[in-house]
Amino acid sequence: MANLWELTVREAHRGLVAREFSSVDLTASCLERIRQVEDRVKAFVTITEDLAQSQAERADQVLAGGRATPLTGIPVQIKDLISTKGIPTTCGSRMLESYVPPYNATVVSRLLEQGAVILGKGNMDEFGMGSSCEHSAFFPTHNPWDLARVPGGSSGGAAASVAAGEVIYALGSDTGGSIRQPAALSGVVGLKPTYGSVSRYGLVAYASSLDQIGPLARGVADCALVLDAIAGHDPLDATSVPRPPSGYAAALDGIPAGSSPLGPQGTRDAFRIGVPQEYFVEGLAPEVKDRVEDGIRVLESLGASVQPVSLPTTQHALACYYIIAPSECSANLARYDGVKFGYSFQDTTDMWEALEKTRRYGFGPEVKRRIMLGTYALSSGYYDAYYIKAQQVRTLIRREFDQVFSQVDALVTPTSPVVAFPLGEKTADPLQMYLVDVYTLPVNIAGLPGLSVPCGFSQGLPVGMQLIGPAWSEETLLQIAHSYQQATEWHLARPQLLATG
Amino acid sequence: MELDRTQVEHIAALARIELTDEEVESFGQQLSHILEQFELLRQLDTTDVPPTGRAADLNTVTREDVAQDCMPPEDVLSNAPRREGEFFRVKAVLEE
Repeated sequence: MANLWELTVREAHRGLVAREFSSVDLTASCLERIRQVEDRVKAFVTITEDLAQSQAERADQVLAGGRATPLTGIPVQIKDLISTKGIPTTCGSRMLESYVPPYNATVVSRLLEQGAVILGKGNMDEFGMGSSCEHSAFFPTHNPWDLARVPGGSSGGAAASVAAGEVIYALGSDTGGSIRQPAALSGVVGLKPTYGSVSRYGLVAYASSLDQIGPLARGVADCALVLDAIAGHDPLDATSVPRPPSGYAAALDGIPAGSSPLGPQGTRDAFRIGVPQEYFVEGLAPEVKDRVEDGIRVLESLGASVQPVSLPTTQHALACYYIIAPSECSANLARYDGVKFGYSFQDTTDMWEALEKTRRYGFGPEVKRRIMLGTYALSSGYYDAYYIKAQQVRTLIRREFDQVFSQVDALVTPTSPVVAFPLGEKTADPLQMYLVDVYTLPVNIAGLPGLSVPCGFSQGLPVGMQLIGPAWSEETLLQIAHSYQQATEWHLARPQLLATG
Repeated sequence: MELDRTQVEHIAALARIELTDEEVESFGQQLSHILEQFELLRQLDTTDVPPTGRAADLNTVTREDVAQDCMPPEDVLSNAPRREGEFFRVKAVLEE
């Protein structure tokens, strides 16, 4: 048998239920893998080895009692801005370096109810602000496919840990691409669900109208299983939408390998896929374009009908996002005042000096930059020109998506215009870093679901293909991506750099 | 849109962040550069377009007004930088 750490969630579940191995075995295998590669990958801020072992033992009792659910006994990494009771939750920031939440995020409670094994907390750009994991206050994470390159961000630790085989799956969060972009750059699957589908209770806020939690894993079916576990109404999150539960994983079970689940071309049952021209423009690396176009041809061969569509306001999405997100960030991060939790400058008797120095030493440069940008956009005299204007553009972007989704079921685009870039390449110029999210952030602006699936390589580095659907179309996106993975083998490739034995 | 020193310092004061001289300089340049990109938005006609503040179409969410257990004070205070008994201790707010 292959190493246990190489299994997908689905394979691990089957093996556990069949008693081929125990959760303690599986957990030990992941911990051994962490020992082998973590000093090079640096995907974890905190590793919770003792906790994981005791959770694995308990999971084995549940399995022995025949009461296992699909995630029972399976090791997971949690992004470090998702609150975990009793486990430090740093958000990649000096500000929260010693913060230990007194409660669990709803998603964590739901995983624990399923008997999940938490292996630790994932490194990230500070408070989710960044696209490379280099804005972590502690250390950058390295891309398992090329250790001199970034894994993407902000959920860089989540993507890298899954790609490196340190965990079976991970939870990330996505405000402008922070699940999908690192998934693409690290060669794994990442799903950003519809806004309101997964509870944000216990997710440390960055931009509340955009933030959403979602899974990263090596297979599409795995993401469906995790989404089944974490999605659903939560009264503790006022933006959580009450809806009957969907069986995302069950919807994939009817799609056996080698079938043509996308339906014969031209029939009413075939998925209609739109290719927005504005996503294939200057700035897109030629080989990324080629791989995504290859992917579109595969979907076509599976029976999907493909047509060009237009989303003209796409070119304004970046500016719209970088007004709205920093504005919300400047309000959300006002809570870091050194009084109730977090870093606190004490060496003064003056309240205002303590506050301003707490924020000077507690926040890193990118966080300060976004707070400043948002403060400016919301300040007297500029509010209408920037903030209100951006919210109006947000309406235009939403309307365009609505219109396009009256013609097609889903859109296919590149996830990122470039493959993983070298560490240090974009840190000096914030705008260059922002441009990496140009294809992912329109999805957050409109509150839509988006999924990134590996679709090939450019010079040995993974390329991701993004599927975008109307709100609550996760089932469609998962079906399309799952069919794609049944017909291709990109998701089976593993980084050779970290090969052992 | 070019931000000068005074403007950068004003924004930092509003945001309650103490900046070093170097940061005033670099943030001024970077923020100006970013704001230039935002000028693009002016090209778009948004007359009569309502603003969107959130992605989900939810109205005000309410619940039954039923008493529930809250977090124990010890847990609430567990991360306090400074505390005194069951209170957060803060710097003096009012002058003598």
